Amino acid sequence: MGRTGPDVVRDVCFAVPAGEMLGLVGESGSGKTTVALALLGHTRRGLRITGGQVLLDGTDLLTLSPGELRAVRGARVSYVPQDPSSALNPALRVGTQIREVLRAHDTEAGDRVAEVMREVDLDSTPEMLRRYPHQLSGGQQQRVALAMAFACRPSLIVLDEPTTGLDVSTQRHVLETVRDLCRSYGVAAVYVSHDLAVVSGLVSEVAVMYAGRVVEIGSTARLFGDPVHPYTRGLIGAVPSPERAEMLTGIDGQQPRPGRRGAGCSFAARCGFAVAACSTQAPEPVIAAGRTVRCLRALDIQVTQAERVPVLASPPATPGDSALSIRGVTASYGSTQVLSGIGLDVPPRTCVAIVGESGSGKTTLARCVAGLHSNWTGEIIFQGIPLARGARQRDKDVLRRIQYIFQNPYTSLNPRKTIGQIIDQQLSELSGLSRRERSVRMASVLEDVSLSGDFLSSYPDQLSGGERQRVAIARALAVEPELLICDEVTSALDVSVQATIVELLRRIQRERHLAMIFITHNLALVRSIAQSAVVLRHGEIAEAGPVEQILGHPADPYTQRLMEDVPKLLHSARP
Amino acid sequence: MTVSAPVSHRRPAQRVRRHQSGSVLWSAVRTPRGAIGLVLTLFVVLVAVIGPFVAPNPPVALLTVDFGKPSAQFWLGSDVLGRDVLSRVLNGGWTLLIMAVCATALGIIGGAAAGIAAAYLRGASDGIIMRAVDVILAFPQLVFALLLLSLLGPKLWLITLAVGVSHAPQVARVLRSATLDVSERDFVKAAELQGMRPAKVMRKEILPNLVSPLMVEAGLRMTYSILIIAGLAFLGFGPQPPAANWGVMINENREGLALNPWAVVAPALLIALLTIGMNTFTDAFARVAIGVDRRPEQAALIEDIA
Repeated sequence: MGRTGPDVVRDVCFAVPAGEMLGLVGESGSGKTTVALALLGHTRRGLRITGGQVLLDGTDLLTLSPGELRAVRGARVSYVPQDPSSALNPALRVGTQIREVLRAHDTEAGDRVAEVMREVDLDSTPEMLRRYPHQLSGGQQQRVALAMAFACRPSLIVLDEPTTGLDVSTQRHVLETVRDLCRSYGVAAVYVSHDLAVVSGLVSEVAVMYAGRVVEIGSTARLFGDPVHPYTRGLIGAVPSPERAEMLTGIDGQQPRPGRRGAGCSFAARCGFAVAACSTQAPEPVIAAGRTVRCLRALDIQVTQAERVPVLASPPATPGDSALSIRGVTASYGSTQVLSGIGLDVPPRTCVAIVGESGSGKTTLARCVAGLHSNWTGEIIFQGIPLARGARQRDKDVLRRIQYIFQNPYTSLNPRKTIGQIIDQQLSELSGLSRRERSVRMASVLEDVSLSGDFLSSYPDQLSGGERQRVAIARALAVEPELLICDEVTSALDVSVQATIVELLRRIQRERHLAMIFITHNLALVRSIAQSAVVLRHGEIAEAGPVEQILGHPADPYTQRLMEDVPKLLHSARP
Repeated sequence: MTVSAPVSHRRPAQRVRRHQSGSVLWSAVRTPRGAIGLVLTLFVVLVAVIGPFVAPNPPVALLTVDFGKPSAQFWLGSDVLGRDVLSRVLNGGWTLLIMAVCATALGIIGGAAAGIAAAYLRGASDGIIMRAVDVILAFPQLVFALLLLSLLGPKLWLITLAVGVSHAPQVARVLRSATLDVSERDFVKAAELQGMRPAKVMRKEILPNLVSPLMVEAGLRMTYSILIIAGLAFLGFGPQPPAANWGVMINENREGLALNPWAVVAPALLIALLTIGMNTFTDAFARVAIGVDRRPEQAALIEDIA
C-alpha cells in the first residue's frame, strides 16, 4: 500500500451477492462517493487508489488497462449519478443516448431501446424517444439514467444518491423500479445515500461510513433495530419520524477531514461513550451482536440503548387575532400562475408548517410574505396591517419584525464579510441601537444559537454548513422579529445537523413566543417542530389543520399519498 | 480498498482564503507565470519612472549626427535629429504610463459602474445601459479615439478620456455577467430585506465579490491602454515633438531603421515587454482567482481532498 498523501478512504471491505443491495450511508465528507466511484475503477481528480481490490465475478477491476476498463464500464459495472439533469447530454435525444450505450457494447440496438425503456416504466413511443432531456421531468430523467445503467445487463450497479432531487412520490416509484430490476436480473447493487430512511426500506445490508472508514456493517434489520456503533446510533437518533413527535438528537461537532484524523478513533471527539483509549488506539473491526463494528467499546455498549424523548405536547394554537393572515393570495412568475387564492392564518406563538412537493408554490408563498416576490394580488395582513407587495415598499419596522431564513446557508452569507460584520449590518440597518448595544446584542444572540464569540471574526467559508445556518438564524434573531419564516432551512444539511438546527428553532420559537412559518418538503420534520400544518399542491391548499390531524388522519387523498410515500425508518426499535 | 490524495508540494491555490484578495495577488506572484510577468512589468515601470533622473543627456538636445550608430558616448546611438536615443527612451515612458493608468482607471470605474448597475437593476436600466454600450462597441477602439480627437483636437487629457471611454463598454460587459451571477445569491436578497437602497447593495454587498474579475479586467485594459496610447502617439496624437515619447519615437525614427535600428527597437521593445508582462501577470492572477472563487461548497470539497 504505497501511500502518498492523506488517506481519504481506508480499509473499506464489503461483498455484495448477485441480486442483493448494499446501502452505503454516511454524512457528506465520509467518503461514500469516493468508494462508489472506486467500484468502477474511477477516482475524482487529485485522488489515487493506492491499494486493495475490486473483484467483480473474480476479476480485479483495478488491474485492468484503461481500454479493458472502458469495455467493462457500462456493460458489467454501471453507474447511476446523483443528478440526472447534468448526467444526460442536453443536446442528444433520449433514444440516441440509450442507443449509444447499447452500441458501445455491441448489443443489438434496435429493439432493445424500447425494451429497456419499458423496464423502467417509460413509454417507448417514438415521440418519447425523440425528446431531449430538458423535456422530461426529474423522475423521467432519472428513469432514463436507470435505463442506460441496466441496458447491458450489468453484474454490478452503483447508485449514487439517485433520488436526492426527487419528490417523495417519484422517489418511491424510482426506488421500486430499482429494486425490481435488481431482483429480476440478479444484479448486485450498491446504493449510496445519506438518507437512512430510504436505505432502510430498500437494501438488505448496510455499511455505515465515517471519516473514510466503514464503522459498522451488517444486515439492515440488525443495524437499524439495534445499532451498536455510537455514530450509527447518533445517525438513527437524528432521523425525524412522520409518525411520532420526538426530540431529534443531533451529533455535536464535526467530522475530521482527511489528513487531520488522529491516531485513535476518528469519532472519539464526538462520542458519548468514549474512554481515554479511544483517542490513542485505532479500533479494529470486531464482531458484536451479529455485525462487524469498528469500535473499541463495541462489546461493552452493545446492550445500552438510547432512549428517545417525546416532544412535550405543544400548547394549542391560541384563538383570537392572527399574527399573520393571508387572504386570497394569487402569485405569478411572468405569466405562469404559481399560487391561486391561498388563505391561511398563523396564530401568535405558533409554528405553521407549509409542506408540499417541489413546484407546489410553498417557497413562493414564503417569499410573498417576506417581500422578496412582489408579483401577487390578494391581502397579507401582518398584525392587523396589510403588507406592501415588495420589500422596497415596506418600512424598516415591518422588515425588522418579519425575518426570513434562506434555504442555502452557503449563499445567504456574504463570503467577503466576517460573521460580526454580517450580524452588525443587520442591526445597524434595522435597529436603532448604538454601537455598544449592538455588540452586546451580538454576543447574546450568538449564545442563543450555541456559537462562541470567536466566530465574530471568522469568515463564512471557515464555517461548516450547520454553523453557517446558525449564523443565519442569529442574524434573524438579532433584531427581535415577531414572525420567523424558515424556508427549507435544513435541506442543504446533513441529517445529524438537521436535527440540531430543528431543535434549536423549536427551542427559540417556544422561548421567544415567535410566530413561525416552517417550509419543508420533508413531512417527517413537521411533527418535531410545528403545531399546525398546511399542505400545498399545485399552488392550492390541499389540506390544513393541526399537525395531529393532518399527519395522523389525513383526509385529503393527496396528503394520504404523501404520508404513504414518505420514506420511514424501518426495523427501528422504537416503542 | 484505500484511496489517497497525493501530496502536493506546491501550495494549492484553493487553500487561499477567498476573502483576502491580497493573498490571491500574492499567490499569483508566486506562480512562475506571475513572477515573470511581474518582473517584466516592474522593469519597464522602473525604466519609465527613474529614467528622467538618470538620463545622461537632455532628451531634446541636438548632440550629434542623425542616426549615429551606438557608441561609448551614446549607448543606443542617435535619432533623426541627432538626439541621444538612450536619454529619449529614459524620458519617454512616464507620460505614456501615467496616461495609460488614468485611462484604465477611468474605463474600469465607468465600465464597472455601468455593468454592475445594468445587471443588478435589470429591466429598463439594463436595456438602456447595454444598448449604449453596444453603440460604443460598434466602433473599433482606435477609431473611436481618433474620432473624438479629430473633433476636439489632440490634447493629452482628451486622449486619456477617449481611451478610457473606449474601454468602458468592454469592462461593462464583463462586469455585467459577473454581477448577474453574484446578485442571484441569497445574501443580496438578505440585504434587500434589510431595506438597503440599491446603490448601497451594489457597493457594499456585490462589489466586494467582484474584486477578482475587476483586477483581471484592470490588467487587461492596462495592456490595451498602453497599446492604444502608444499607437495614437505614433499617429501624431499625443505629446507633440520635440517631447520624448516611445510612440512618437517609433514614428519619427522609422525612416532611419537601417542606419540606427535602436532608435525604433528600444522604445518598441519596452512597449512590448510592458504589455507582455502585464498580460502574463494578469493571466496568472486570473488562474489563481478562478481556483479560489468557486462556489464555497465546491471550495470546501476541494479543500477536503487537497
